[in-house]
Amino acid sequence: MEADLKSLATPYNRAHHRFAVFTACATFVLIIAGALVTSNDAGLSIPDWPTSFGSFSVPPLHGGIKFEWSHRAIAGSIVLLTISIAAWTWFADRRRWMKWLGIAALATVITQAILGGLTVLLFQPPWVSSAHAAVAQTFFCIAVAIAMFTGRRWVEEVPQIEFDHRRPSLFTLTLLSIFVLYVQLILGAMFRHHGMSWWPHVANAAIVAFVLTWTAIRALSQFSRIEAVRRPAIILVSLMIAQLCLGFIAFLTRVAWGRDAVQPELPMVISTVAHVAVGALLLATAVILAIQVWRQVPVSFEETVPTRTRKTVAA
Amino acid sequence: MNKKTSLAMFGMLCLLGLWLLVGCSKKQETNEAPAAAPSSPAQPAATPIDPSTVASVSGTVKLDGAAPKASKIDMSQDPACKGTNTAETVVDDGGKLANVFVYVKDGLGDRTFDVPKDAVTIDQQGCKYHPHVLGVMTGQNIEIKNDDQTTHNIHPTPQANREWNESQPPAAAPLEKSFAREEIMLPVKCNQHPWMRMYINVVKTPFYAVTAPDGKYEIKGLPPGDYTIAFVQEKLGEQTQKVTLAAKDSKTVDQSFKAQ
Repeated sequence: MEADLKSLATPYNRAHHRFAVFTACATFVLIIAGALVTSNDAGLSIPDWPTSFGSFSVPPLHGGIKFEWSHRAIAGSIVLLTISIAAWTWFADRRRWMKWLGIAALATVITQAILGGLTVLLFQPPWVSSAHAAVAQTFFCIAVAIAMFTGRRWVEEVPQIEFDHRRPSLFTLTLLSIFVLYVQLILGAMFRHHGMSWWPHVANAAIVAFVLTWTAIRALSQFSRIEAVRRPAIILVSLMIAQLCLGFIAFLTRVAWGRDAVQPELPMVISTVAHVAVGALLLATAVILAIQVWRQVPVSFEETVPTRTRKTVAA
Repeated sequence: MNKKTSLAMFGMLCLLGLWLLVGCSKKQETNEAPAAAPSSPAQPAATPIDPSTVASVSGTVKLDGAAPKASKIDMSQDPACKGTNTAETVVDDGGKLANVFVYVKDGLGDRTFDVPKDAVTIDQQGCKYHPHVLGVMTGQNIEIKNDDQTTHNIHPTPQANREWNESQPPAAAPLEKSFAREEIMLPVKCNQHPWMRMYINVVKTPFYAVTAPDGKYEIKGLPPGDYTIAFVQEKLGEQTQKVTLAAKDSKTVDQSFKAQ
Protein backbone atom coordinates (compact mmCIF):
# COMPACT_ATOMS: atom_id res chain seq x y z
CA MET A 1 0.00 0.00 0.00
CA GLU A 2 2.78 2.41 0.97
CA ALA A 3 4.69 1.49 -2.16
CA ASP A 4 1.57 2.23 -4.26
CA LEU A 5 1.19 5.67 -2.66
CA LYS A 6 4.87 6.45 -3.24
CA SER A 7 4.51 5.55 -6.90
CA LEU A 8 1.77 8.21 -7.21
CA ALA A 9 4.06 10.99 -5.91
CA THR A 10 7.00 12.48 -7.76
CA PRO A 11 9.90 14.60 -6.56
CA TYR A 12 10.07 18.23 -7.69
CA ASN A 13 12.23 18.46 -10.81
CA ARG A 14 13.29 22.07 -11.33
CA ALA A 15 14.58 21.63 -14.88
CA HIS A 16 11.46 19.75 -15.95
CA HIS A 17 9.21 22.45 -14.45
CA ARG A 18 11.16 25.28 -16.06
CA PHE A 19 11.00 23.55 -19.42
CA ALA A 20 7.23 23.15 -19.00
CA VAL A 21 6.89 26.86 -18.14
CA PHE A 22 8.98 27.75 -21.20
CA THR A 23 6.74 25.55 -23.39
CA ALA A 24 3.61 27.26 -22.02
CA CYS A 25 5.11 30.74 -22.63
CA ALA A 26 6.18 29.76 -26.16
CA THR A 27 2.62 28.52 -26.79
CA PHE A 28 1.29 31.91 -25.73
CA VAL A 29 3.65 33.54 -28.27
CA LEU A 30 2.31 31.09 -30.88
CA ILE A 31 -1.28 32.13 -30.11
CA ILE A 32 -0.28 35.78 -30.65
CA ALA A 33 1.44 34.82 -33.92
CA GLY A 34 -1.70 33.00 -35.04
CA ALA A 35 -3.88 35.98 -34.13
CA LEU A 36 -1.57 38.21 -36.19
CA VAL A 37 -2.08 35.93 -39.21
CA THR A 38 -5.87 36.14 -38.99
CA SER A 39 -5.94 39.84 -38.11
CA ASN A 40 -3.76 40.68 -41.10
CA ASP A 41 -5.84 38.47 -43.41
CA ALA A 42 -2.63 36.58 -44.23
CA GLY A 43 -3.83 33.01 -43.66
CA LEU A 44 -3.50 31.99 -47.28
CA SER A 45 -0.52 34.13 -48.25
CA ILE A 46 1.46 30.88 -48.53
CA PRO A 47 -0.79 28.68 -50.65
CA ASP A 48 0.84 25.31 -49.89
CA TRP A 49 1.41 23.23 -46.75
CA PRO A 50 3.54 21.79 -45.15
CA THR A 51 6.03 23.37 -47.56
CA SER A 52 6.15 27.11 -48.14
CA PHE A 53 6.16 27.87 -51.88
CA GLY A 54 7.30 24.29 -52.51
CA SER A 55 10.26 24.39 -50.14
CA PHE A 56 11.16 24.22 -46.45
CA SER A 57 13.55 27.15 -46.73
CA VAL A 58 12.72 30.68 -45.61
CA PRO A 59 10.76 32.57 -48.30
CA PRO A 60 11.12 36.35 -48.83
CA LEU A 61 9.34 37.73 -45.78
CA HIS A 62 7.21 40.53 -47.17
CA GLY A 63 3.51 41.34 -46.97
CA GLY A 64 1.35 38.67 -45.37
CA ILE A 65 4.08 36.02 -45.83
CA LYS A 66 6.02 37.29 -42.80
CA PHE A 67 3.01 36.64 -40.54
CA GLU A 68 2.12 33.23 -41.98
CA TRP A 69 5.68 31.91 -42.20
CA SER A 70 6.58 33.14 -38.67
CA HIS A 71 3.46 31.37 -37.39
CA ARG A 72 4.52 28.14 -39.11
CA ALA A 73 8.10 28.43 -37.79
CA ILE A 74 6.96 29.00 -34.19
CA ALA A 75 4.40 26.19 -34.53
CA GLY A 76 7.16 23.82 -35.70
CA SER A 77 9.23 24.77 -32.65
CA ILE A 78 6.25 24.14 -30.38
CA VAL A 79 5.84 20.65 -31.85
CA LEU A 80 9.49 19.92 -30.98
CA LEU A 81 9.05 21.38 -27.48
CA THR A 82 5.94 19.27 -26.96
CA ILE A 83 7.66 16.08 -28.09
CA SER A 84 10.43 16.89 -25.60
CA ILE A 85 8.11 17.65 -22.69
CA ALA A 86 6.01 14.54 -23.39
CA ALA A 87 9.12 12.33 -23.50
CA TRP A 88 10.63 13.99 -20.43
CA THR A 89 7.39 13.59 -18.48
CA TRP A 90 7.03 9.98 -19.60
CA PHE A 91 10.47 9.03 -18.34
CA ALA A 92 10.97 11.43 -15.40
CA ASP A 93 7.58 11.85 -13.78
CA ARG A 94 6.32 9.03 -11.58
CA ARG A 95 2.68 10.05 -11.77
CA ARG A 96 0.92 7.89 -14.31
CA TRP A 97 -1.72 10.51 -15.10
CA MET A 98 1.06 13.04 -15.81
CA LYS A 99 2.65 10.67 -18.30
CA TRP A 100 -0.67 10.49 -20.13
CA LEU A 101 -1.16 14.25 -19.90
CA GLY A 102 2.15 14.64 -21.76
CA ILE A 103 0.90 12.24 -24.44
CA ALA A 104 -2.41 14.16 -24.57
CA ALA A 105 -0.44 17.38 -25.14
CA LEU A 106 1.42 15.72 -28.01
CA ALA A 107 -1.83 14.40 -29.53
CA THR A 108 -3.39 17.87 -29.25
CA VAL A 109 -0.46 19.61 -30.92
CA ILE A 110 -0.48 17.06 -33.76
CA THR A 111 -4.24 17.57 -34.18
CA GLN A 112 -3.59 21.29 -34.22
CA ALA A 113 -0.91 20.96 -36.91
CA ILE A 114 -3.27 18.87 -39.04
CA LEU A 115 -6.04 21.48 -38.62
CA GLY A 116 -3.55 24.19 -39.58
CA GLY A 117 -2.69 22.28 -42.74
CA LEU A 118 -6.35 21.68 -43.56
CA THR A 119 -7.20 25.35 -43.13
CA VAL A 120 -4.63 26.19 -45.83
CA LEU A 121 -5.45 23.32 -48.19
CA LEU A 122 -9.23 23.79 -47.92
CA PHE A 123 -9.04 27.62 -48.20
CA GLN A 124 -10.00 28.45 -44.62
CA PRO A 125 -13.48 26.97 -44.20
CA PRO A 126 -14.86 28.71 -41.08
CA TRP A 127 -15.41 25.46 -39.16
CA VAL A 128 -11.84 24.25 -39.73
CA SER A 129 -10.30 27.64 -38.93
CA SER A 130 -12.48 27.95 -35.81
CA ALA A 131 -11.50 24.42 -34.72
CA HIS A 132 -7.86 25.47 -35.25
CA ALA A 133 -8.43 28.47 -32.97
CA ALA A 134 -10.22 26.40 -30.30
CA VAL A 135 -7.65 23.57 -30.27
CA ALA A 136 -4.87 26.18 -30.01
CA GLN A 137 -6.28 27.42 -26.74
CA THR A 138 -6.97 23.87 -25.56
CA PHE A 139 -3.30 23.07 -26.11
CA PHE A 140 -2.32 26.26 -24.28
CA CYS A 141 -4.44 25.19 -21.30
CA ILE A 142 -2.77 21.74 -21.29
CA ALA A 143 0.69 23.38 -21.45
CA VAL A 144 -0.21 25.69 -18.55
CA ALA A 145 -1.61 22.73 -16.58
CA ILE A 146 1.61 20.73 -17.13
CA ALA A 147 3.60 23.73 -15.92
CA MET A 148 1.42 23.91 -12.80
CA PHE A 149 1.51 20.16 -12.11
CA THR A 150 5.31 20.10 -12.31
CA GLY A 151 5.66 23.15 -10.04
CA ARG A 152 7.07 22.93 -6.51
CA ARG A 153 3.79 24.03 -4.92
CA TRP A 154 1.76 21.32 -6.58
CA VAL A 155 4.33 18.59 -5.97
CA GLU A 156 5.36 19.39 -2.41
CA GLU A 157 2.61 21.36 -0.67
CA VAL A 158 -0.21 19.66 1.17
CA PRO A 159 -3.58 21.01 0.01
CA GLN A 160 -5.57 23.11 2.54
CA ILE A 161 -8.80 21.20 2.18
CA GLU A 162 -12.10 22.93 2.92
CA PHE A 163 -15.38 21.27 2.08
CA ASP A 164 -17.88 23.07 -0.14
CA HIS A 165 -21.45 22.66 1.15
CA ARG A 166 -23.19 25.22 -1.08
CA ARG A 167 -25.04 24.44 -4.29
CA PRO A 168 -24.14 24.86 -7.05
CA SER A 169 -20.69 23.98 -5.84
CA LEU A 170 -17.71 26.19 -6.69
CA PHE A 171 -16.30 23.34 -8.74
CA THR A 172 -19.52 23.25 -10.80
CA LEU A 173 -19.22 27.01 -11.32
CA THR A 174 -15.62 26.72 -12.52
CA LEU A 175 -16.66 24.02 -15.01
CA LEU A 176 -19.51 26.26 -16.16
CA SER A 177 -17.00 29.11 -16.58
CA ILE A 178 -14.79 26.93 -18.79
CA PHE A 179 -17.83 25.89 -20.83
CA VAL A 180 -19.09 29.45 -21.49
CA LEU A 181 -15.55 30.59 -22.30
CA TYR A 182 -15.23 27.77 -24.85
CA VAL A 183 -18.54 28.72 -26.42
CA GLN A 184 -17.34 32.32 -26.52
CA LEU A 185 -14.06 31.25 -28.09
CA ILE A 186 -15.85 29.32 -30.84
CA LEU A 187 -18.32 32.16 -31.52
CA GLY A 188 -15.46 34.65 -31.72
CA ALA A 189 -13.46 32.41 -34.03
CA MET A 190 -16.48 31.85 -36.28
CA PHE A 191 -16.97 35.62 -36.53
CA ARG A 192 -13.30 36.22 -37.27
CA HIS A 193 -13.33 33.58 -39.99
CA HIS A 194 -16.50 34.94 -41.61
CA GLY A 195 -18.66 31.98 -40.61
CA MET A 196 -21.06 33.91 -38.40
CA SER A 197 -22.23 37.41 -37.57
CA TRP A 198 -20.67 39.34 -34.67
CA TRP A 199 -23.81 39.47 -32.50
CA PRO A 200 -23.77 35.90 -31.01
CA HIS A 201 -20.23 36.57 -29.73
CA VAL A 202 -21.28 39.93 -28.24
CA ALA A 203 -24.49 38.46 -26.74
CA ASN A 204 -22.59 35.57 -25.15
CA ALA A 205 -20.12 38.06 -23.65
CA ALA A 206 -22.87 39.07 -21.21
CA ILE A 207 -23.35 35.41 -20.18
CA VAL A 208 -19.58 34.95 -19.80
CA ALA A 209 -19.34 38.09 -17.66
CA PHE A 210 -22.18 36.88 -15.42
CA VAL A 211 -20.85 33.34 -14.94
CA LEU A 212 -17.24 34.42 -14.36
CA THR A 213 -18.26 37.13 -11.90
CA TRP A 214 -20.43 34.63 -10.03
CA THR A 215 -17.55 32.13 -9.91
CA ALA A 216 -14.99 34.72 -8.76
CA ILE A 217 -17.32 36.17 -6.10
CA ARG A 218 -18.10 32.70 -4.75
CA ALA A 219 -14.40 31.77 -4.68
CA LEU A 220 -13.34 35.01 -3.00
CA SER A 221 -16.20 35.20 -0.52
CA GLN A 222 -16.06 31.58 0.60
CA PHE A 223 -12.49 30.37 0.10
CA SER A 224 -10.27 33.45 0.15
CA ARG A 225 -8.13 31.82 2.85
CA ILE A 226 -6.88 29.32 0.28
CA GLU A 227 -4.22 31.13 -1.74
CA ALA A 228 -4.32 28.58 -4.56
CA VAL A 229 -7.99 29.50 -5.08
CA ARG A 230 -7.86 33.21 -4.21
CA ARG A 231 -5.08 34.10 -6.64
CA PRO A 232 -6.59 32.62 -9.84
CA ALA A 233 -10.01 34.00 -8.84
CA ILE A 234 -8.60 37.54 -8.63
CA ILE A 235 -6.71 37.08 -11.90
CA LEU A 236 -9.88 35.66 -13.51
CA VAL A 237 -12.01 38.68 -12.67
CA SER A 238 -9.21 41.14 -13.62
CA LEU A 239 -8.65 39.48 -16.98
CA MET A 240 -12.39 39.39 -17.58
CA ILE A 241 -12.65 43.17 -17.11
CA ALA A 242 -9.64 43.71 -19.42
CA GLN A 243 -11.15 41.31 -21.95
CA LEU A 244 -14.50 43.10 -21.98
CA CYS A 245 -12.73 46.44 -22.60
CA LEU A 246 -10.59 44.91 -25.37
CA GLY A 247 -13.67 43.30 -26.91
CA PHE A 248 -15.40 46.67 -26.98
CA ILE A 249 -12.37 48.33 -28.61
CA ALA A 250 -12.05 45.46 -31.11
CA PHE A 251 -15.75 45.84 -31.94
CA LEU A 252 -15.33 49.58 -32.53
CA THR A 253 -12.22 49.23 -34.69
CA ARG A 254 -13.35 46.20 -36.68
CA VAL A 255 -17.15 46.36 -36.91
CA ALA A 256 -18.15 49.98 -36.32
CA TRP A 257 -15.26 51.98 -37.78
CA GLY A 258 -13.47 49.42 -39.95
CA ARG A 259 -16.45 48.14 -41.90
CA ASP A 260 -15.25 49.66 -45.19
CA ALA A 261 -11.52 49.36 -44.53
CA VAL A 262 -9.64 48.26 -47.65
CA GLN A 263 -7.07 46.44 -45.56
CA PRO A 264 -6.57 45.46 -41.90
CA GLU A 265 -5.65 48.69 -40.11
CA LEU A 266 -3.25 48.89 -37.18
CA PRO A 267 -5.85 49.71 -34.47
CA MET A 268 -8.01 46.74 -35.49
CA VAL A 269 -5.00 44.42 -35.63
CA ILE A 270 -3.68 45.49 -32.20
CA SER A 271 -7.07 45.38 -30.48
CA THR A 272 -8.04 42.00 -31.98
CA VAL A 273 -4.69 40.35 -31.25
CA ALA A 274 -4.81 41.63 -27.66
CA HIS A 275 -8.40 40.34 -27.38
CA VAL A 276 -7.34 36.87 -28.54
CA ALA A 277 -4.28 36.83 -26.26
CA VAL A 278 -6.20 37.91 -23.14
CA GLY A 279 -8.95 35.44 -24.08
CA ALA A 280 -6.37 32.63 -24.03
CA LEU A 281 -5.08 33.79 -20.61
CA LEU A 282 -8.64 33.96 -19.32
CA LEU A 283 -9.44 30.40 -20.40
CA ALA A 284 -6.18 29.10 -18.93
CA THR A 285 -6.91 30.91 -15.65
CA ALA A 286 -10.38 29.36 -15.52
CA VAL A 287 -8.81 25.92 -16.04
CA ILE A 288 -6.25 26.55 -13.27
CA LEU A 289 -9.00 27.72 -10.92
CA ALA A 290 -11.07 24.62 -11.68
CA ILE A 291 -8.11 22.33 -11.00
CA GLN A 292 -7.24 24.09 -7.76
CA VAL A 293 -10.85 24.06 -6.60
CA TRP A 294 -11.06 20.35 -7.43
CA ARG A 295 -7.94 19.79 -5.31
CA GLN A 296 -8.53 22.16 -2.41
CA VAL A 297 -12.32 22.38 -2.11
CA PRO A 298 -13.94 18.96 -2.33
CA VAL A 299 -17.69 18.92 -2.70
CA SER A 300 -19.45 17.52 0.35
CA PHE A 301 -22.34 15.15 -0.14
CA GLU A 302 -25.10 14.54 2.37
CA GLU A 303 -26.02 10.94 2.59
CA THR A 304 -29.59 10.35 3.71
CA VAL A 305 -29.86 7.52 6.14
CA PRO A 306 -33.22 5.76 6.44
CA THR A 307 -34.85 6.72 9.74
CA ARG A 308 -36.94 3.56 10.05
CA THR A 309 -35.12 0.90 12.01
CA ARG A 310 -35.18 -2.54 10.61
CA LYS A 311 -36.29 -5.30 12.81
CA THR A 312 -34.43 -8.48 12.76
CA VAL A 313 -36.71 -11.26 11.83
CA ALA A 314 -35.83 -14.76 12.63
CA ALA A 315 -36.03 -17.10 9.69
CA MET B 1 -3.69 -3.15 -23.35
CA ASN B 2 -0.21 -2.48 -21.94
CA LYS B 3 1.76 0.78 -22.18
CA LYS B 4 3.84 -0.25 -25.16
CA THR B 5 0.80 -1.27 -27.16
CA SER B 6 -0.95 2.01 -26.32
CA LEU B 7 2.08 4.02 -27.40
CA ALA B 8 2.42 2.04 -30.60
CA MET B 9 -1.27 2.62 -31.40
CA PHE B 10 -0.94 6.32 -30.71
CA GLY B 11 2.11 6.55 -32.98
CA MET B 12 0.24 4.69 -35.73
CA LEU B 13 -2.70 7.10 -35.43
CA CYS B 14 -0.37 10.12 -35.74
CA LEU B 15 1.28 8.63 -38.81
CA LEU B 16 -2.12 7.86 -40.33
CA GLY B 17 -3.23 11.45 -39.76
CA LEU B 18 -0.10 12.83 -41.41
CA TRP B 19 -0.41 10.38 -44.30
CA LEU B 20 -4.03 11.42 -44.85
CA LEU B 21 -3.01 15.06 -44.83
CA VAL B 22 -0.21 14.56 -47.33
CA GLY B 23 -2.66 12.61 -49.48
CA CYS B 24 -5.13 15.48 -49.23
CA SER B 25 -2.40 17.93 -50.25
CA LYS B 26 -1.48 15.86 -53.32
CA LYS B 27 -5.11 15.50 -54.30
CA GLN B 28 -5.43 19.27 -54.15
CA GLU B 29 -2.54 19.62 -56.57
CA THR B 30 -4.04 17.17 -59.05
CA ASN B 31 -7.37 18.95 -58.78
CA GLU B 32 -5.70 22.17 -59.88
CA ALA B 33 -4.78 20.70 -63.25
CA PRO B 34 -8.16 20.95 -65.00
CA ALA B 35 -8.53 24.58 -63.92
CA ALA B 36 -5.21 25.39 -65.55
CA ALA B 37 -6.38 23.81 -68.81
CA PRO B 38 -8.09 26.80 -70.29
CA SER B 39 -10.33 25.60 -73.08
CA SER B 40 -13.73 24.09 -72.36
CA PRO B 41 -14.28 20.92 -74.37
CA ALA B 42 -17.82 20.40 -75.70
CA GLN B 43 -19.36 23.79 -76.46
CA PRO B 44 -22.82 23.69 -78.08
CA ALA B 45 -23.03 25.45 -81.45
CA ALA B 46 -23.81 29.14 -81.16
CA THR B 47 -27.34 30.29 -82.01
CA PRO B 48 -27.03 32.38 -85.18
CA ILE B 49 -27.87 36.13 -85.03
CA ASP B 50 -28.76 38.06 -88.17
CA PRO B 51 -26.08 40.80 -88.32
CA SER B 52 -28.37 43.08 -90.33
CA THR B 53 -30.85 43.38 -87.45
CA VAL B 54 -28.58 43.76 -84.44
CA ALA B 55 -29.18 46.59 -82.02
CA SER B 56 -27.12 48.27 -79.34
CA VAL B 57 -27.63 49.81 -75.95
CA SER B 58 -25.39 52.42 -74.37
CA GLY B 59 -25.51 54.97 -71.61
CA THR B 60 -23.89 56.54 -68.60
CA VAL B 61 -23.90 55.35 -65.03
CA LYS B 62 -23.99 58.14 -62.48
CA LEU B 63 -23.63 58.55 -58.77
CA ASP B 64 -26.48 60.42 -57.16
CA GLY B 65 -25.08 62.32 -54.19
CA ALA B 66 -21.68 63.04 -52.75
CA ALA B 67 -19.12 60.36 -53.46
CA PRO B 68 -17.47 58.81 -50.42
CA LYS B 69 -13.87 59.85 -49.89
CA ALA B 70 -11.59 57.20 -51.35
CA SER B 71 -9.84 55.18 -48.62
CA LYS B 72 -6.06 55.40 -48.47
CA ILE B 73 -4.01 52.26 -48.93
CA ASP B 74 -0.92 51.69 -46.81
CA MET B 75 1.56 49.72 -48.93
CA SER B 76 4.45 50.11 -46.49
CA GLN B 77 4.48 46.41 -45.56
CA ASP B 78 6.10 45.60 -48.93
CA PRO B 79 8.80 47.97 -50.21
CA ALA B 80 8.34 46.57 -53.72
CA CYS B 81 4.80 47.96 -53.86
CA LYS B 82 4.84 51.39 -55.42
CA GLY B 83 1.31 51.86 -56.71
CA THR B 84 -1.23 54.61 -56.25
CA ASN B 85 -2.48 54.59 -52.70
CA THR B 86 -6.21 55.13 -53.16
CA ALA B 87 -8.77 52.36 -53.03
CA GLU B 88 -11.10 51.75 -55.99
CA THR B 89 -14.21 50.78 -54.06
CA VAL B 90 -16.25 53.66 -55.54
CA VAL B 91 -14.53 55.45 -58.44
CA ASP B 92 -16.38 58.63 -59.26
CA ASP B 93 -15.45 61.48 -61.57
CA GLY B 94 -17.85 64.40 -61.30
CA GLY B 95 -20.84 62.15 -60.66
CA LYS B 96 -19.86 59.57 -63.33
CA LEU B 97 -19.31 56.09 -61.94
CA ALA B 98 -16.53 53.82 -63.23
CA ASN B 99 -16.12 50.05 -62.70
CA VAL B 100 -19.84 49.24 -62.90
CA PHE B 101 -20.48 45.90 -64.56
CA VAL B 102 -23.37 46.15 -67.02
CA TYR B 103 -24.83 43.01 -68.60
CA VAL B 104 -27.94 41.54 -70.16
CA LYS B 105 -29.41 39.67 -67.24
CA ASP B 106 -32.55 38.41 -68.92
CA GLY B 107 -34.14 38.22 -72.38
CA LEU B 108 -31.75 36.04 -74.38
CA GLY B 109 -33.61 32.81 -73.62
CA ASP B 110 -31.72 29.62 -74.40
CA ARG B 111 -29.39 31.17 -76.96
CA THR B 112 -25.82 29.99 -76.88
CA PHE B 113 -22.75 31.95 -77.91
CA ASP B 114 -19.23 31.19 -79.04
CA VAL B 115 -16.60 31.66 -76.39
CA PRO B 116 -13.98 34.18 -77.61
CA LYS B 117 -10.65 32.57 -78.42
CA ASP B 118 -8.72 35.58 -77.17
CA ALA B 119 -7.86 35.65 -73.51
CA VAL B 120 -8.59 38.64 -71.33
CA THR B 121 -5.72 39.90 -69.20
CA ILE B 122 -5.41 40.71 -65.53
CA ASP B 123 -2.22 42.57 -64.77
CA GLN B 124 -0.78 42.94 -61.28
CA GLN B 125 1.07 46.22 -61.40
CA GLY B 126 1.87 48.62 -58.56
CA CYS B 127 0.39 46.00 -56.20
CA LYS B 128 -3.05 46.55 -57.70
CA TYR B 129 -5.12 44.58 -60.15
CA HIS B 130 -5.69 46.06 -63.60
CA PRO B 131 -8.55 46.15 -64.40
CA HIS B 132 -10.39 46.40 -61.10
CA VAL B 133 -13.58 44.96 -62.60
CA LEU B 134 -13.50 42.43 -65.41
CA GLY B 135 -16.11 40.67 -67.53
CA VAL B 136 -15.52 37.28 -69.18
CA MET B 137 -17.59 34.54 -70.70
CA THR B 138 -17.81 31.12 -69.09
CA GLY B 139 -14.87 29.06 -70.28
CA GLN B 140 -12.99 32.05 -71.68
CA ASN B 141 -9.27 32.18 -70.94
CA ILE B 142 -7.99 34.68 -68.41
CA GLU B 143 -4.28 35.44 -68.55
CA ILE B 144 -2.89 36.66 -65.22
CA LYS B 145 0.43 38.52 -65.31
CA ASN B 146 2.68 39.80 -62.56
CA ASP B 147 4.55 42.98 -63.52
CA ASP B 148 5.62 43.72 -59.94
CA GLN B 149 8.97 42.97 -58.35
CA THR B 150 7.26 41.02 -55.60
CA THR B 151 5.37 37.75 -55.26
CA HIS B 152 1.59 37.88 -55.37
CA ASN B 153 -0.96 35.20 -54.74
CA ILE B 154 -4.11 35.15 -56.78
CA HIS B 155 -7.01 33.86 -54.77
CA PRO B 156 -10.56 33.98 -56.16
CA THR B 157 -13.23 33.32 -53.54
CA PRO B 158 -16.22 32.24 -55.67
CA GLN B 159 -19.63 30.98 -54.63
CA ALA B 160 -20.51 28.98 -57.76
CA ASN B 161 -17.07 28.15 -59.16
CA ARG B 162 -14.14 26.24 -57.72
CA GLU B 163 -11.85 28.16 -55.38
CA TRP B 164 -8.10 28.19 -55.98
CA ASN B 165 -5.10 30.02 -54.61
CA GLU B 166 -1.79 30.22 -56.47
CA SER B 167 1.30 32.30 -55.97
CA GLN B 168 3.10 34.10 -58.78
CA PRO B 169 6.66 35.32 -58.26
CA PRO B 170 8.11 38.29 -60.19
CA ALA B 171 8.74 37.62 -63.89
CA ALA B 172 6.91 34.28 -63.69
CA ALA B 173 5.01 32.98 -66.70
CA PRO B 174 1.40 34.20 -66.87
CA LEU B 175 -1.22 31.96 -65.27
CA GLU B 176 -4.06 30.83 -67.51
CA LYS B 177 -7.40 30.24 -65.86
CA SER B 178 -11.08 30.08 -66.69
CA PHE B 179 -14.36 29.80 -64.81
CA ALA B 180 -17.00 27.26 -65.73
CA ARG B 181 -20.12 28.80 -64.19
CA GLU B 182 -21.86 32.15 -64.28
CA GLU B 183 -21.02 34.35 -61.30
CA ILE B 184 -21.34 38.08 -60.82
CA MET B 185 -18.82 40.07 -58.77
CA LEU B 186 -16.59 37.12 -57.99
CA PRO B 187 -13.97 38.55 -55.59
CA VAL B 188 -10.29 37.97 -56.27
CA LYS B 189 -7.74 38.90 -53.62
CA CYS B 190 -4.09 38.67 -52.76
CA ASN B 191 -3.46 37.43 -49.22
CA GLN B 192 0.06 38.82 -49.29
CA HIS B 193 -1.18 42.35 -49.97
CA PRO B 194 -4.60 42.53 -48.32
CA TRP B 195 -5.65 45.76 -50.08
CA MET B 196 -5.43 44.02 -53.48
CA ARG B 197 -8.94 43.11 -54.55
CA MET B 198 -10.74 42.90 -57.86
CA TYR B 199 -13.95 41.40 -59.23
CA ILE B 200 -14.45 39.03 -62.14
CA ASN B 201 -17.91 38.75 -63.69
CA VAL B 202 -18.51 35.47 -65.49
CA VAL B 203 -21.48 35.40 -67.87
CA LYS B 204 -22.74 33.08 -70.60
CA THR B 205 -23.26 35.78 -73.20
CA PRO B 206 -20.96 38.30 -74.87
CA PHE B 207 -23.39 41.13 -74.00
CA TYR B 208 -21.67 42.92 -71.15
CA ALA B 209 -19.49 45.96 -70.50
CA VAL B 210 -17.67 47.70 -67.68
CA THR B 211 -18.16 51.45 -67.31
CA ALA B 212 -15.15 53.59 -68.20
CA PRO B 213 -13.85 56.44 -65.96
CA ASP B 214 -16.43 58.73 -67.62
CA GLY B 215 -19.23 56.35 -66.56
CA LYS B 216 -20.03 55.31 -70.15
CA TYR B 217 -20.72 51.83 -71.46
CA GLU B 218 -21.89 50.27 -74.71
CA ILE B 219 -23.24 46.80 -75.51
CA LYS B 220 -23.40 46.00 -79.22
CA GLY B 221 -24.69 43.18 -81.40
CA LEU B 222 -27.90 42.36 -79.52
CA PRO B 223 -30.68 40.64 -81.45
CA PRO B 224 -34.03 42.51 -81.29
CA GLY B 225 -36.01 41.68 -78.14
CA ASP B 226 -37.06 42.61 -74.61
CA TYR B 227 -34.19 42.69 -72.17
CA THR B 228 -33.38 43.28 -68.56
CA ILE B 229 -30.14 45.21 -68.22
CA ALA B 230 -28.39 44.86 -64.85
CA PHE B 231 -25.91 47.35 -63.41
CA VAL B 232 -23.73 45.98 -60.62
CA GLN B 233 -21.38 47.95 -58.42
CA GLU B 234 -19.20 46.20 -55.83
CA LYS B 235 -20.40 48.35 -52.91
CA LEU B 236 -23.64 49.90 -54.13
CA GLY B 237 -25.21 46.63 -55.27
CA GLU B 238 -27.36 45.81 -58.31
CA GLN B 239 -30.00 47.78 -60.18
CA THR B 240 -31.93 46.72 -63.26
CA GLN B 241 -33.81 48.35 -66.11
CA LYS B 242 -36.03 46.86 -68.80
CA VAL B 243 -35.49 47.84 -72.42
CA THR B 244 -37.10 46.81 -75.71
CA LEU B 245 -34.84 46.81 -78.74
CA ALA B 246 -36.18 46.72 -82.30
CA ALA B 247 -34.03 45.76 -85.26
CA LYS B 248 -31.05 48.14 -85.70
CA ASP B 249 -32.13 50.08 -82.62
CA SER B 250 -29.61 52.09 -80.71
CA LYS B 251 -31.05 53.00 -77.33
CA THR B 252 -29.64 54.97 -74.45
CA VAL B 253 -30.16 53.51 -70.99
CA ASP B 254 -28.66 55.62 -68.20
CA GLN B 255 -28.60 54.49 -64.61
CA SER B 256 -27.84 56.19 -61.34
CA PHE B 257 -26.84 54.78 -57.98
CA LYS B 258 -27.56 56.59 -54.74
CA ALA B 259 -24.45 57.39 -52.76
CA GLN B 260 -24.35 55.61 -49.38
